[in-house]
Amino acid sequence: MTSDQPERNAEVVLRLSGVEAGYGRIRALNGIDIEVRRGQIVTLLGANGAGKTTTLKTISGLVRPTAGSVTFEGRDITQLRASDIARLGLAHVPEGRHILRGLTVRENLELGGFTVHDAALRRERMQEVYRLFPILDRRKNQDGSLLSGGEQQMLAMGRALMQGPKVLLLDEPSMGLAPKLVLDTMRIIKRLNQEGATILLVEQNARLALRLAHYGYVLEGGTIRMQGPAERLRADTSIVQAYLGD
Amino acid sequence: MSQHDSVTTRLSARIAAQFQTPAVRWGGIALILVFLAVLPAVFGQYATVIMTNALLYVVLALGLNVVVGFAGLLDLGYAAFFAVGAYTIGILTLEFGVNFWLALPCAVVGAAIAGVIIGGPTLRLRSDYLAIVTLGFGEIVRFSARNLAITGKASGLSGIGQPWLFGWHIATPTDFYYVFCGLAIGAVIVSLRLEDSRLGRAWLYVRHDEDVAEAMGINRVAVKLAAYVIGAIFAAIGGAFFAANLGAISPESFSFTQSVLILMAVILGGMGKIPGVILGAFIVILGPELLRNLGELRLMVFAVMLLLIMLFRPSGIWPKRGTRS
Repeated sequence: MTSDQPERNAEVVLRLSGVEAGYGRIRALNGIDIEVRRGQIVTLLGANGAGKTTTLKTISGLVRPTAGSVTFEGRDITQLRASDIARLGLAHVPEGRHILRGLTVRENLELGGFTVHDAALRRERMQEVYRLFPILDRRKNQDGSLLSGGEQQMLAMGRALMQGPKVLLLDEPSMGLAPKLVLDTMRIIKRLNQEGATILLVEQNARLALRLAHYGYVLEGGTIRMQGPAERLRADTSIVQAYLGD
Repeated sequence: MSQHDSVTTRLSARIAAQFQTPAVRWGGIALILVFLAVLPAVFGQYATVIMTNALLYVVLALGLNVVVGFAGLLDLGYAAFFAVGAYTIGILTLEFGVNFWLALPCAVVGAAIAGVIIGGPTLRLRSDYLAIVTLGFGEIVRFSARNLAITGKASGLSGIGQPWLFGWHIATPTDFYYVFCGLAIGAVIVSLRLEDSRLGRAWLYVRHDEDVAEAMGINRVAVKLAAYVIGAIFAAIGGAFFAANLGAISPESFSFTQSVLILMAVILGGMGKIPGVILGAFIVILGPELLRNLGELRLMVFAVMLLLIMLFRPSGIWPKRGTRS
């Protein structure tokens, strides 16, 4: 799917320029530039602590950048509240999934649809999520936190899809999943993309992510060390060994 | 203990299930209303006064429940808003000769403004910081009341007039009892409506996981501030009628112990569960009264009972709400 891609010339929906961010005195990002084009899957690779999660949080407004800017559909969103950024159509599926305990699968999905005021549209989206993840339909009245890891990941993605996002930010969707479920998850991400979703995917499993993505960035110590079309990064075994650790 | 816990859970769930059918529920509500209506005639004035106090605590506990139960914010200075309501009525009616019914909206607005002033900067912080700030706020309000001339310093304000309502002079303890019945019923209705509202669902999500709620488009600061202000308004209304009922208020009515007592009603009944919170308010007020013939020991026995309840039902007396279908 990566050989001939019209997406390469598609419009840039999300752009980070010179973004710096940190927690207190610890610098996590030292000026990074990232572009995500409409219809693409872009992957952010790197070891633990490289700044991948921080990058996503900076985009979705959960971490405020100390320098640089984030633009979404040509609009500067650097200083916006996380809730306002979400309303613009950027959906963040956080690391660890964050399924709400004590609430059913359906109630968790309703949270995703909170900003959708049109009840008919909400129902339609929920049916769409159930079509993508039939297991959620079967378990809709169960406590979401009692689902298996893979099912929780689907619920977290389904919840984000309820927002009707233009861009999905996925943070380590394969983390903690059994190998078969990892492949299932990747298949779902690919399918979402084929159905039109633009995705920024953070992954530790570099090989898998590069098989899926159109374009990749390699982060190390809060700086982008390498970037390029996924097939090129994938072909370069030295990259995989030096930076991706497996 | 877990065995015991599951038994009590099942028992209370079965009791709650009795209220599930509409006929039984409306029957129960009708019974409660009839009981409230005839109480002064049947049980006499002493019981009426105690019940008035209990109903005041129902209003206060339901107000604090919006903050603690619905939005999940710990507030240790809730009595401050109660004080703002009471003192606004006292000052406006006594010093400025304002009619009670005109002073009442001022009390509400005053408490709402106080809620924004305290909540605005602190609700951005984590919940435990808020607990400390609210604790401080409670003390600041009480100390101000004790030191300012306009609030009558330590002796407080007395001679607060009793209001008229369309030719009805609300004067006797029985009159006030019915007023507080009305306030408590109003507080219950507003609480139920809030719980079912869009804002209520936003509180639910923020209480569970504020980062996720924010990432799903819910402005957590605005939503928490709304809870804080609504809670403050409940307390101010309670405080206003409290002042009119007693005719005199002093700083000691609004101490930290008062805040803790209201918080206890909320936690005891079960945070976020409206019938539980009502029950909690009745327990903290009526409990010591019912144990009166134990003499000296009554407060100790009461404390032990509370400890036992919390030990066996840490999430409150009222059973957990079944997940909605």
